[in-house]
Amino acid sequence: MNNAVTPSGIRLELRKLFLKSEPVRGYTLLSPTLLAMILGLAMPLVVLFTLSFWLQEYLDFIRTFSLANYVEFFQKPIYVKLLLKSIRISGMVTIATVLLAYPMAYFIAFRVKSNKLIWLILITVPFWTSYLLRVFAWKIMLGYNGVINSGLKSLGFLTEPLAFLLYNPTSVVITLAHAWAAFAILPIYVSLEKIDRSLLEAGRDLGENAWMTFLRVTLPLSLPGVIAASLLVFIPTVGDYVTPSLVGGPRGIMIGNIIQSMFGQSQNWPMGAAISVMLMFTVAAMIGLFLWGTHSYRKRVA
Amino acid sequence: MNTNRPWWRPDGFYIYAVLYLIFIYLPVLFLPVFSFNNSKYIAFPLKGFTLKWYEAMINNPPMLNALMNSIKIGLIVAILSTIFGLLAAKAVTRYRMPGRAPVVGFIMIPLVIPEIILGISLLILLSLADIPLSLLTVGFAHLLLCVPFSMLVLVSRMEGFDKSMEEAGLDLGENAWMTFWRVTFPIVLPGIIASLLLTFTISFDEFVLAFFLSSIEQTLPVYIWSSLRFPSKLPPTLALGAAIFMASFIVVTFAEWIRRRGVRLDSTSGI
Repeated sequence: MNNAVTPSGIRLELRKLFLKSEPVRGYTLLSPTLLAMILGLAMPLVVLFTLSFWLQEYLDFIRTFSLANYVEFFQKPIYVKLLLKSIRISGMVTIATVLLAYPMAYFIAFRVKSNKLIWLILITVPFWTSYLLRVFAWKIMLGYNGVINSGLKSLGFLTEPLAFLLYNPTSVVITLAHAWAAFAILPIYVSLEKIDRSLLEAGRDLGENAWMTFLRVTLPLSLPGVIAASLLVFIPTVGDYVTPSLVGGPRGIMIGNIIQSMFGQSQNWPMGAAISVMLMFTVAAMIGLFLWGTHSYRKRVA
Repeated sequence: MNTNRPWWRPDGFYIYAVLYLIFIYLPVLFLPVFSFNNSKYIAFPLKGFTLKWYEAMINNPPMLNALMNSIKIGLIVAILSTIFGLLAAKAVTRYRMPGRAPVVGFIMIPLVIPEIILGISLLILLSLADIPLSLLTVGFAHLLLCVPFSMLVLVSRMEGFDKSMEEAGLDLGENAWMTFWRVTFPIVLPGIIASLLLTFTISFDEFVLAFFLSSIEQTLPVYIWSSLRFPSKLPPTLALGAAIFMASFIVVTFAEWIRRRGVRLDSTSGI
């Protein structure tokens, strides 16, 4: 009767509990992933936050609580200026990428009847080269002795190379808009493909013209794809330091370059941590604002 | 709509699509062009055809070593993150769990913070814990980045099929493991393959995390980064980029050919 007390009985009881309880089984399956994420994500972020309140002294940290890094962040104009500039550049990249990608995604979703897959593959092929080489390709294009300058010169259109093509914020925007193009097209394409075609016909039957049908039916229904595309482009580009350091020049540097230098030449990890925390909060606030804005737009349309 | 237009009178969308393709292809196509150019300098006019940069690429042990490192890390990360993703996807699609939404949100965090922040926060933790940087730390960081992608791909595949098929397996007397192996696995297989390919690609091309978390042993992107600063190292790097590009083109074409054959076989056997 009382065999639940023996070791094998206890094991049996535990086994029964395990098989009966869905949450226990679910979390058991989830545990390897959760453990990795706690070790590799939660703990590092806590440490990053802690370090941002410490100070650097030569190769050591002064481990007492201090707000000095944040005070410096707001007192020296360079940090806030660079943060705002990064958001501006990255925002321009996002708008340009999404605006350029939308007609392309629309074309594949609605105009291409067969061979859609071929078009999708055609779009992803240029992105199989390394990211670094893709960025570098624009240095080849825009450089002082680059494709455009040396090409125009050998054709006789130029006597002196154009110096303004490379090393400025515009070249950063162009390069990033090119490097992230596929990330914008694919989500927009998926959301356009999902739209029920009979809704579009209904719009036309009710006497709307093509443009009004697009504005009142297609665009609102494809908004989830546009939102996903915007986030997929904005988040990685705002912290990028590869592109600014290859094609941005001194005028094109962004907040990522400062963070990287704090962990490199400048050797001030706590300051780098504080800048990173500020970047993270700003990005989170921007995303919140953006989602809130698109949410109220969808409510208004619906 | 108007797809019946003759090709010599294309509509606006078609013209736009072609211009767009030119925009995304043009800069990238100059890489292979200059990899065959007989000059150390990357500029026009072209100086004649040569294969010497490809020869230099093959005779460059540091570059080949970096390539092997990237392939190794990519394969291990792809397999591990797909296993983790599969377990997690099964958990969240098959069991009612309290706190599911915040837990899933937590796992997805690497998708919504800039990579540089992931990189430096791991770097800080490792240095405070006195763990030396190596390829292992790079691989771990890549795993964190890849698991959310695996999970997204596999959750959408798991949600797509009928739970009752698994229940039927259990009812027919299979144990949970055999049910997974004989029912769930074959249905989820396309998702598993997609996840393996996606995560390998992400890891293989990842630079920021590898830059902060590697030491002497480099991955390929870290090697490429260091070679971008030395003009003399550039042409062989372009050759390597072009070679990788061609290799992936062949792989994808081959995969698409297999897929089409598979589809054809399916449709004939259905009759």
